[in-house]
Amino acid sequence: MEVVLNGTVANVDKEMNLWEFLLSKELDLETIIVEYNEVIVKKQEWNMIILQDKDRLEVLKFVGGG
Amino acid sequence: MDQLVIGGRSLQSRLFIGTGKYSADTLIPEVVKKSGSEVITVALRRIDFNSPTGNVMDHIPSGMQLLPNTSGARNAQEAIRIARLAKAAGCGNWIKIEVISDNKYLLPDGYETIKATEVLAGEGFVVLPYISPDLMVAKQLVEVGAAAVMPLGAPIGSNRGLKTKELLRILIEEIALPVIVDAGIGKPSDACEAMEMGAAACLLNTAIASANQPELMAEAFGMAVAAGRKAYLAGLGRSEKYASSSSPLTGFLHN
Repeated sequence: MEVVLNGTVANVDKEMNLWEFLLSKELDLETIIVEYNEVIVKKQEWNMIILQDKDRLEVLKFVGGG
Repeated sequence: MDQLVIGGRSLQSRLFIGTGKYSADTLIPEVVKKSGSEVITVALRRIDFNSPTGNVMDHIPSGMQLLPNTSGARNAQEAIRIARLAKAAGCGNWIKIEVISDNKYLLPDGYETIKATEVLAGEGFVVLPYISPDLMVAKQLVEVGAAAVMPLGAPIGSNRGLKTKELLRILIEEIALPVIVDAGIGKPSDACEAMEMGAAACLLNTAIASANQPELMAEAFGMAVAAGRKAYLAGLGRSEKYASSSSPLTGFLHN
């Protein structure tokens, strides 16, 4: 199946929950902010969300700014 | 004790600083220390999976008041979305509203800024909107619950100083909220002048980050802001057209 990750199509080759998916992207899970189908999801919810085809994910972090 | 209180937090320093444009984020802790600043801005962006970068948050000393901005937002809805994401990240409830659709001068959209401020203030955010120094926009921001107004001195990142001085003066005179001069301040003397005029604080990024020695410039800005504030509190002497002798005009030796 395919999900849209930060605006780009990404393949997901087996069933996995959001937490597993983010871990597979080698992200520092402590510092990211995730929006799942335009809803903000807290860290404790990540392992309860099973990714579905066409899901839209936004994975964000703080950067330098003025 | 002269303190600035915003969103229930008392601040000793009236200098707010940014975290953008540094040659290395590792400079940030020393810049914070030398500036004395207690409020620091950050932005929220998509992670770029093709070029991972470090985490700016690792370089911000604990205890700083984070002020996430909504840069990148082109309308109120986008600003509200970014604000909620920033809050969800657990970085407190302060937000700098920045709604910009003009890419040349990066001038803020007052109408959309008011709409976003109203919604977010209603949700309990401490809202600090970045605005053009427009009295009517500022008055409406007061009405909808802003915690301060942050008018620009000159376009973002331009280092041109207080080009909007007369309009800033009017805002300071007419708006009961703290007026924080944000954007365009290029030199410590600009920041000092804004404070002498009665601005509550100054927010700047580029002028420090783009200096040859950002830590030294941060210290200079901290001193300038403090000096300007003291001068404002002391009350500036009147400006006169003609000379007025400081020494007695009697008892000259040639009399």
